[in-house]
Amino acid sequence: MHRQSPILRWRRYPERYRLEGNKCLECSQIYFPKKELCECGCKSFVNYKLKGEGKILTFTEIKSSPEEFSEMTPYCVGIIELEDGPKITAQIADADVTCLKVGDKVESTFRKFTAVGDSGVIHYGLKFKKAKSSIN
Amino acid sequence: MIKKLNIGITGFGCYIPRFRIRTDDIAVANNQNVELIKGALLINEKTVPNKDEDAITISVEASKTALLRAGVSPKMLTAIYMGSESHPYAVKSSSAIIGEVLGVGENFMAADTEFACKAGTAALQMISGMVEGELINYGLAIGADTSQGSPGDALEYSAAAGGAALIIGKNKSEICANILYTLSRTSDTPDFWRRNKQQYPSHMGRFTGEEAYFKHVISTTEAMLNETGFKILDFDHVVLHQPNGKFPLKAAKALGASREQLKYGIVVHDIGNTYSGSSLLGLVNVLENAQPGQKILLTSYGSGSGSDCFIIETTENILEKQKIGKRLINYLSDKQYVNYNQYRQMVKMIH
Amino acid sequence: MEKIGIIGVGATKFGELWKHGLRDLLAESQLKAIEDAGISERQIDMIFTGNMCSSDFSGQSHLGSMAAEILNVNVPSIKVEAACASGSVALRQGLQAIKSGEADIVLVNGVEKMTDVQTRQATTGLMGAGDEEWEGFNGLTFCGLYAMIARAYMHKYKLTREQLAMVSVKNHKHATLNPIAHFHNEITVDQVLNSSIIADPLTLLDCSPITDGGASLILAKEEIAKKFESPIWALGSGQANDTLSLHARKSLTEIPATTHAAQRALMQAKIGIDKIDVTEVHDCFSIAEVMAIEDLGLVPRGDAGKIMEEGLTYFDGKIPVNSCGGLKACGHPIGATGIKQVWEIVKQLRGEAGKRQIHNANIGLTHNVGGTGSTVVVNVFGRERG
Repeated sequence: MHRQSPILRWRRYPERYRLEGNKCLECSQIYFPKKELCECGCKSFVNYKLKGEGKILTFTEIKSSPEEFSEMTPYCVGIIELEDGPKITAQIADADVTCLKVGDKVESTFRKFTAVGDSGVIHYGLKFKKAKSSIN
Repeated sequence: MIKKLNIGITGFGCYIPRFRIRTDDIAVANNQNVELIKGALLINEKTVPNKDEDAITISVEASKTALLRAGVSPKMLTAIYMGSESHPYAVKSSSAIIGEVLGVGENFMAADTEFACKAGTAALQMISGMVEGELINYGLAIGADTSQGSPGDALEYSAAAGGAALIIGKNKSEICANILYTLSRTSDTPDFWRRNKQQYPSHMGRFTGEEAYFKHVISTTEAMLNETGFKILDFDHVVLHQPNGKFPLKAAKALGASREQLKYGIVVHDIGNTYSGSSLLGLVNVLENAQPGQKILLTSYGSGSGSDCFIIETTENILEKQKIGKRLINYLSDKQYVNYNQYRQMVKMIH
Repeated sequence: MEKIGIIGVGATKFGELWKHGLRDLLAESQLKAIEDAGISERQIDMIFTGNMCSSDFSGQSHLGSMAAEILNVNVPSIKVEAACASGSVALRQGLQAIKSGEADIVLVNGVEKMTDVQTRQATTGLMGAGDEEWEGFNGLTFCGLYAMIARAYMHKYKLTREQLAMVSVKNHKHATLNPIAHFHNEITVDQVLNSSIIADPLTLLDCSPITDGGASLILAKEEIAKKFESPIWALGSGQANDTLSLHARKSLTEIPATTHAAQRALMQAKIGIDKIDVTEVHDCFSIAEVMAIEDLGLVPRGDAGKIMEEGLTYFDGKIPVNSCGGLKACGHPIGATGIKQVWEIVKQLRGEAGKRQIHNANIGLTHNVGGTGSTVVVNVFGRERG
């Protein structure tokens, strides 16, 4: 199945590992993930590394998960508004639903996502965790 | 006569997971006398990696802080050596993954090292040699582990997770601590091992003490003092491998070091034994608290067995670096306790 | 402008149909619709079949050919996929085939066989409706996506958990009156709140079930349809699309594609939303119905919770919504849902809805969503040609 393919994930390492998006050379709009055509119509972009800090717009705690996440379940996922502008979907690490609030400040942290059985590849990527200032 | 090196640390960082378990809780779960265990190990609590943490994720977080403090672009790194005894893959480079995540590019040398708890300092020696030999300008050495200890075993009280990363360079204006000397002693000592495909290591109990840890730590440190002419009391800080709280104290006493010299170098009490991260976490804590011009003695220990000894001296730049990035003390204060059942669930996935 | 009439409808029972495979479901609904219209399968010029996951769940692609084979015909037959909006998008292809002049009579199917795989596998397959590379990689499920919408909505509009639960309670009540529905049991607000959490804050009883089922319609061009007894007329059809991923939307508490699709459909029908007598909305999760009735303009923004409390959306209330039991309780066989919604409107407008019959139902509306609002189709139907 596609989710076990290391190649499909490998292709996205720059985004997944380093938050590399792009920025329109015409109107300076920042995109993550990268876009090929800006809303302003421009097709010229420059790579832009996002800072990895932002705030939680909304979140959930997944209790019934897809198969490959079963060992990690439950886990929190949220939509994060990054300080640089774009909004992204990300897991919220080291947290359960009771300790999160809409508006909490978060920062990126490199974590393991899934491992395909005992013999398959381990998928890594960036998650977010509550920034120190948000922890009571 | 031992060669004096012209290299130094330009960046350093550490990472420990957020979760902790108290020694009391492990002792109660194993029907052991809490006070007896705590008295024997001098460990109050230890770190517990979350299910989504492993030696690679720990290395990445420690390295990010090291890069921040080094103030160089990741692209300037041309070697990464990561030491661990819990590399997530048996075959697939941890160092290559770390390089990709940090954005080092593809122009770098890399390999993973393993020598029980001294895999990190072995990596540091390799990087140091390459910078000294002008093969590279900047290299990253990391020691990190999600340590294993089987349930009920003495190791269960200490085996913890954490790691530290050091960037080595030779540009004097960037160096915050000169690495002056390093030497090692190595012998074939069957004190502790883990066979392929085994989840937990095996060890020979009390044999891991006198004939293993103490013999190598003390003889290697003494060899260094003999070679360099330094006396133990010449050092402001002494950092020894710390599998528990008692061993480094006993070794330090045998070497004639004072409690004051160990003040920042022993961090095991509230972290546990982070294996390849152990002595390097002590070093990072020293660097985060040292004054310029202070001398540091670091001796690691890896079962099987050997010790790597370093003499390090801080420079004026240390104060600036201390103002940047997350310090060990920040990680120590940001913690959440888990109970024994949660702990077993969390470490179940770790190999 | 020429109008298109629905001259026949058919649907299978919805539920966990262990003895029925994809082909069985498709055969049953097609033949029922043909029989209902009273035509011969030889009169059909084209077939469109809405389906999402036949490849994932049954290992079967190429449903177009399967649909034609069942009827022993060789006319053009095409599978249409737009996640949970597959059925409605298939319907739109049927309407356009007639408008283009290529077809006079079109068969439109919606079908999904979901229970041949485990729930976890179904959950993974359905995530194809979202952004697999970002939302899927992060371990989201569709319930998780709508749970995030629910939290954002509850945060903004102070909707209570109890008000949200009333959506499921109402739809279960309606389903007890619908013979084909997956569930025939009434539930209480407490039961919704106390059922297991699937993705916080949504519980099991906020979620539409995994259902097998099929539904079919026969469309005919105006001059043919008007010769049939009580055809139901397609007065307007609108589709709008939006980003695949939820995080790329400007707002998390509304689905603009619903508003746009509704505007297009109502403009074609030349009526206002206030003229709608009966509405079928896409309640894949309780929060989806809350947003749908606001995005369609049936109730003012932020008022849905209060409206639920007042019971106005029951089949005998002022704004009847999901008289068939909705996706929640009639069941949600993905590709079939959009066609089943039309099936219900046709039943209501013909006056054949039995115990759940809405009085004076002259104009009906269907609202079918793919993904988290990435594709939305709104259709308007009437007893009169308009």
